[in-house]
Amino acid sequence: MSFHTINLKINDVAHTASVEGNLTLLELLRERIGLTGTKNGCFSGECGACTVLMNGEPVNSCMVLAAEADGARILTVEGLAENGRMDALQEAFIEETGTQCGFCTPGMLISARALLDRNPNPSEEEIKQALRGHLCRCTGYVRIIRAVQKAAALESRRAA
Amino acid sequence: MNSFTGLPAFEYKKAKTPGDLFQIVEKESGDFRFLAGGTDLFLQMRNGVCSPTVVVDIKELPGMRDLAYSEEDGLRIGGAVTINRLAAHSHVIKKYPLLVEAARSMASYQLCSRATLAGNLCNGSPAADMAPASLVLDAKLELVTADDERAVPIESFFHGPGETERKPEEFLQAVIFPVPPPDYAAHYLKLGRNRAGDLAIVGVAVLAYPDDVPGKYSWKIALASVAPTPIRAHEAEKLLSGEVFSNNLAEQAAEAASQASNPIDDVRASAEYRRAMVRTQTLQAIKAVHADLKKEAK
Repeated sequence: MSFHTINLKINDVAHTASVEGNLTLLELLRERIGLTGTKNGCFSGECGACTVLMNGEPVNSCMVLAAEADGARILTVEGLAENGRMDALQEAFIEETGTQCGFCTPGMLISARALLDRNPNPSEEEIKQALRGHLCRCTGYVRIIRAVQKAAALESRRAA
Repeated sequence: MNSFTGLPAFEYKKAKTPGDLFQIVEKESGDFRFLAGGTDLFLQMRNGVCSPTVVVDIKELPGMRDLAYSEEDGLRIGGAVTINRLAAHSHVIKKYPLLVEAARSMASYQLCSRATLAGNLCNGSPAADMAPASLVLDAKLELVTADDERAVPIESFFHGPGETERKPEEFLQAVIFPVPPPDYAAHYLKLGRNRAGDLAIVGVAVLAYPDDVPGKYSWKIALASVAPTPIRAHEAEKLLSGEVFSNNLAEQAAEAASQASNPIDDVRASAEYRRAMVRTQTLQAIKAVHADLKKEAK
């Protein structure tokens, strides 16, 4: 088995890793780098719990090889807060109780972050479309959608 | 199913030139798979459907990320262009909204950050959501090997479940869509168990454009998930094409589409239900396209 040396930026920190071909980005993050905020729900691209941003785009990290992420910028849930200040989405998820058991939350936050980055004022339908690949087995969808709406409003007030 | 475990071991190789690629292919003699988005391949590997010893990443080959439209040549979509990139492209939105409609019916947003149009077609699934749209838009597939390049019309591309015209050593360099006929209208209707990106129970694409004779149209209809491959419903098309539109004729065409289908029972639906839904979905799609054509004519 041959190893590949990859260089990537995770939450603005440069990392170099030596990875086997079959190592997924999810395993790299959780098991090699220790960033366990990103969850492994299904390992088959169905549940969305492992979603991270790769060069600004949400991806299921279980469906990306670590070797494919060579040169990429990765954002995980650990990188959402800046200088100790929570992202507006994190605040809103707490205020609206958009998180129950919490397992789907990192993926939900990351996809919601990508949504607000490309569309700062999404409709309810657009939020549902963006989050439809995320399963919440506590079935807390209503509050999650409300939290994303609240975060959008919060950010547009901050921007004004 | 082998969930929660990692991918089986393989060598990952990145081909940067066609020369790289063909060298790898020659050496590995069959035990390789090409990697674009990976959203189908990795699942198949986890489920033991295939176990290549070498996975060759073809995304960085020249031209694979091309996405361009011209009034002469139409739309060229490189083999590594993702579904999300395709669906957000201004020319695609303007000239080929049918592709956007089909793209938005597929999988989750984050899977579509990786999944490619080329991969969706090459996977050869009867349920491929991009297939009906590609069929009615007359896509051509540019297949390339070390010493050959050929353009295959999509209608002769699908051979059976998981089987296509593509040889293992050929890669799909680009999908070409000709300039669509003037004033055309088209829709893709997908019936799934939910709207969260499940595979289609039935997928129907209908496209029509004005004939030389005012008030008459040419029609194209294609179906997914109701036969061993995605198919055109030629009999249904013939009933409508060149005729004055009527609801009665639309119903006959929908029935003909249902007759053209050859579905199976599976976990998503029974064959009987699928046949019935081909009829209702095709009728709905025909009516929606006709309504758009009438709007256009005003």
